[in-house]
Parts: sequence; C-alpha cells; structure tokens
Amino acid sequence: MIDKQAYNKLVKSKAPKSKEVKTLVLAFVIGGFICCIGEAIHDLLSAYLPIGPQTAGSLTSVCMIFLGSLLTGLGVYDKIGRVAGAGSIVPITGFANSVVSPAMEFNREGMVLGVMSKMFVVSGPVIVSGVVASIIIGFIYWVVSMFA
Amino acid sequence: MNGGAQTIQFHTKPVIIGGYSIVGPKEGEGPLRSYFDYVAKSDLFEQKSYEKAECKMHLLTIERAIDRVGLDEGDMCALLSGDLLNQIISSSFSARELDIPFLGLYNACSTFGEGLCLAAVFISGGFMKRVAVSTSSHFSTAERQYRYPLELGTQQPPTAQWTVTGCGCSVLADQGKGPCITCATIGKVIDYGITDANNMGAAMAPAAAYTIAKHLEETGRSADYYDQIITGDLGIFGSEMLVELLRSEGIEISHRHVDCGKLIFSEKQKVHMGGSGAGCSSSVFNSLILHEFSRGKLHRILFVPTGALLSKDSSLQGESVPAIAHAVAIEEQV
Repeated sequence: MIDKQAYNKLVKSKAPKSKEVKTLVLAFVIGGFICCIGEAIHDLLSAYLPIGPQTAGSLTSVCMIFLGSLLTGLGVYDKIGRVAGAGSIVPITGFANSVVSPAMEFNREGMVLGVMSKMFVVSGPVIVSGVVASIIIGFIYWVVSMFA
Repeated sequence: MNGGAQTIQFHTKPVIIGGYSIVGPKEGEGPLRSYFDYVAKSDLFEQKSYEKAECKMHLLTIERAIDRVGLDEGDMCALLSGDLLNQIISSSFSARELDIPFLGLYNACSTFGEGLCLAAVFISGGFMKRVAVSTSSHFSTAERQYRYPLELGTQQPPTAQWTVTGCGCSVLADQGKGPCITCATIGKVIDYGITDANNMGAAMAPAAAYTIAKHLEETGRSADYYDQIITGDLGIFGSEMLVELLRSEGIEISHRHVDCGKLIFSEKQKVHMGGSGAGCSSSVFNSLILHEFSRGKLHRILFVPTGALLSKDSSLQGESVPAIAHAVAIEEQV
C-alpha cells in the first residue's frame, strides 16, 4: 500500500479546500454589517442621550453584547456563524456568543458545576490573553513614562 | 484455528433474522427516509437532555428489534452494544432497562462491525442462540463531547462530517430466515499519521483499505465476488482515498463501493463530506441494506464499518488519529 508520507501528501493535495474568495467576502460583508449596527447604535445614543463619546462607546458594547447573547439564546447566532465565519466571531457579539453558548449547553449539569464552571471554556483563552497583554502593555507604559 | 490470520470462517453461519432502525429528523429528510423504521419528530425524543434522548432512542431500537422478530427479552442470550459517549452511557443505560446479559463495546464508529463479529463468533461457536447487536450516535451529544457547544457560531472546514443521530439494532440467531454471516475479518488499528480531527475520512481510509485487502487475500476472493463493498462512514473524501489506496494494491472497488455516510444525507443537507458516527452504519444497515437483501437486490456484501479512535484530549496533545475497520461478509442463505 502507499506509504504514510505519500499518503499524507496525497491527502493534502486532494482534500477539498475552503472556497477562499467566498468565505472572505461573506466574512467581510456580514462582519461589516454587524459593525454598522454598532455604529448606528453609537450614533443614535450620542444623538439622543446627554452622554460623552466614551460613555456612548461603552453603552454600544453593552447593547452589542446583549444582541449577541439574545441571538445565541434564540438559536440564530450559530447559523450566522456557519456562513460568516470570522465575520461573526471577531466582533464583540461573537465574544458574547462564546460565553452564552457553553452556558446554555451545560445548563443541564446544574448551576454551579454546569453553567458557572463551563461558561468560559471557549472564551477563557481570550480573557486570559487579554489580561496578560494588558499587564505587559501597562508595564511597558510605566517603564517608558519613567523616562519620558 | 486460523493461525494468526485475521479472517474467521463460520462453518455454522449465524443468521441476521431482523433489525430495526430509528433516526433523527435531519436523517429523516435524507434520501433514505422511506427505509428507516422510525423517524423522530424531534431529536430530543421528549427528554430533558440529548444524552437522555440518545439513551431513549437506543432502548427503543433494541426493544422494537427484538419485538419485530417475535422474541422476548428473556429469549436473548446477550446484548452487544456501543456508542460514542464517555463510558458508553447510552448503551449501558439502555441495558439497565433490559433483562438481557450485556456486553458493552467501543470501537468508535466501527462498533457495529465489532458487535456483528463477536455475535457471529458466539453463535457459530454454539455458545449462544440469539444475540442482539446495537449501536447509536447523536449529533448533539457527540458535538458536545468532541467539539464545541451547539450554539457556538463556528465554521466547519469542508472535510468535516456530520454525526448521525440514529440507532440500529440487529438480531442474530443460529437459525431462521434472513441473510447470514459467512466470515469476518477483524481489523488492526492503523495510523497513517493524519492529525486533523476534522478529516476523519482520510484518517479511516487506510484502516478500511487494510482490512478489505486482508479479507480478500485471506479468503481468496476478488472484490467482484461481492455485489457491494459497503463502508461505514468514510464520507465523500474518505471514500475517494479508499479507492486510491486499494488501487495502489491492484484492487479495483470503485464500481461496487458505497459508503453509509454518503448514502444517509443528500448534498443539499450541507453536511460537507457526509454522515459519521456509530449510528451511521448501524441505522443504514438495519434499514436500507437488510431491506435490499429481503427484496433480493443484494446477494453478497462486504460490510466494513470504520472507526476513528481519537478523543478530544488526544487531538489536543498532538496525537494523530488511529483508525480501525472490521469486515463482515454477509450473504444470502443458500
């Protein structure tokens, strides 16, 4: 029979590949659309509420997280994700999806050992690397500002 | 007796006297819908969790298979079952409800082949008279165990396969009406170094090729001896690789090879390379294949369920995907 190396080569060359153009365009369009919704919420909040740009930004994030969680709960977000790929993972709605979906999935194992302990199985790495990165950047900022 | 050979010839041939299959709603929308005995309206089977749903599906399938052949639980000498969940709970929890001696099996998606081999040995050896063999899988329980939460918005690569929600149970006996098992080739674990857990077809194809080649060599049969060579869940790409691998051995099977994973879904159902799972081969075998035997459309088949023996942890630890396939020759009674 064909040896292992030759087989791995054969598999690599013949395995069906993702349609790059199609997936990129879909990710761009749907990801862009999600960001447009965010922008619209931001503009509406700034126009109608007496708040500064920073508060408006935070409130927008809150709204987008709510929308992402709601769509996950309604069972819609995974369908969007199947088409959009990174387009729906990268925006903050994707982060909400990555927290809410395991929480829903492990609901049946109880509140503490199910929902609470499994809630961050997907988003955990993002949170850890975010915190570590902010510590490193903070340290660099502190060192630089001592000399500046 | 067979001196290191992998193929067992059965002098007393165990008969598959009947079977039953249950599938979920998605499988019920596929091309085999009219062959399945029961298509569930919801993949929750009126249960509170998918694990409980799989257990209920598994139990119902066994009960109805035994009932269909006119037997009772008490008539059965053994139940050989397996599934994909940790500690094969679907099988064990089904057996909890049944008054039948139980042997739990695990060979991933090839478990149904393992079960048929063992049942045939028990019956042909004269140790048992009637044995039930069943395997199940459920999309939602397998996703949780091997991949991600259901509602997570991820995109699958094109080589991925869709775990079948389904269960099949066959009842074997020392005599009766139905096709019989004439010989079986027990597979070896073959690892060709495929590390992509999303390309199980490619990981399993070498195991299937090895077992089929060994079977033909040891029985002295050619591939043309069989009406069909039916693999378990290689999917579209795995099937392509199987044909290539056997071709390099000088064995041509492309004109008589079919794959349960390819049969169970249509292209429109967006399942990438096709179906997979322990319930894939068993539900197709106990619907379409037994049906074709009874209609006289099939006379001789080589049934080769395939399994990828990985876990989520083994993949994360960088291990490649070992695979196995067992071949069971099933023929009309003469």
